[in-house]
Amino acid sequence: MDELMLDGNAVAGMLTEVFAVEMTTAIVTCGNCGTSGAVGAMHVFRGAGIVMRCPNCDNAVAKIVIDGTRMWMNFTGMQTLEITR
Amino acid sequence: MEGTTVLGRLTWQPADATGVVAETPRAKTIAFDVPGWAGHRAGQHLDVRLTAEDGYQAERSYSIASAPDGTRIELTVVRIADGEVSPYLTDDLHPGDQIELRGPVGGYFVWEPPLGGPLLLVAGGSGVAPLMAMIRLRAAAGSDVDTRLLLSSRGWNDIIYREELERLNGNGLTVVHTLTMSQPPGWAGYARRVDAEMLAEVGPSPAERPLVYICGPTPFVEAAAQALVHLGHQPEAIKTERFGPTGS
Repeated sequence: MDELMLDGNAVAGMLTEVFAVEMTTAIVTCGNCGTSGAVGAMHVFRGAGIVMRCPNCDNAVAKIVIDGTRMWMNFTGMQTLEITR
Repeated sequence: MEGTTVLGRLTWQPADATGVVAETPRAKTIAFDVPGWAGHRAGQHLDVRLTAEDGYQAERSYSIASAPDGTRIELTVVRIADGEVSPYLTDDLHPGDQIELRGPVGGYFVWEPPLGGPLLLVAGGSGVAPLMAMIRLRAAAGSDVDTRLLLSSRGWNDIIYREELERLNGNGLTVVHTLTMSQPPGWAGYARRVDAEMLAEVGPSPAERPLVYICGPTPFVEAAAQALVHLGHQPEAIKTERFGPTGS
């Protein structure tokens, strides 16, 4: 177990810089194992960037890097991101 | 309204410190007035940003400890000795000072009276803050929903909100403490880390399908969540908020 692990809740503020809807209740379907779960239930690790991992299989579903005024978001690890509009 | 509210892009806004109260030797509650605050839901958090004279900025997330109350919010901050943000908030911030914050954020780790119960709230140290927002909202709304709070603290004097919890205990709320490092003379309560046996004694049974909220340092949350799943609680009913390694 990694003591530095956080939840998807921890990136809610950052995601809300970009998405105009509540994001911790958005549903991620993992691109590796197909399990679905709320962003708030994902495992989050902070380093030079942020990696959001599937709690079932540990696949990196999202990677986010911020550098000053720019932000890169890589969602190739997820099948879908379901947002309630 | 969960998930349906269009928030707009979140922006930083000024917040005026209006009061500081010592909760324990290491924790203080700071009240802010946030002009234009849109209101929050119990369990949500916000981001605090401090800017040094040289422009260096540091951000941290803090749970909102107060129940929704107009433009007033309260944060409970534990001083981390080598922290970048908490020593400023606990030692240097005084009423009249201004900081920046953005929020509220997070609709996942939220409880409101229409969600019902029973509720099992499990907290390690200052992890009690967002759960206190739920308990305060429950009391303000006149709810008597079956609510159990299991709060793990190092010692008697480290229990955050101890006197308020004593006052609120009853009317369907049961507060149980475990003191992991030191206990006062004659202490008859739990004196160990939270484990499956303790959770089975304190909490509603899995058959009662409680809504579970766990908040605290990551190792604490992991241990409690795994023990609850082991006891037969549904993983989907267990919501967690992990701090990382600090605050234990």
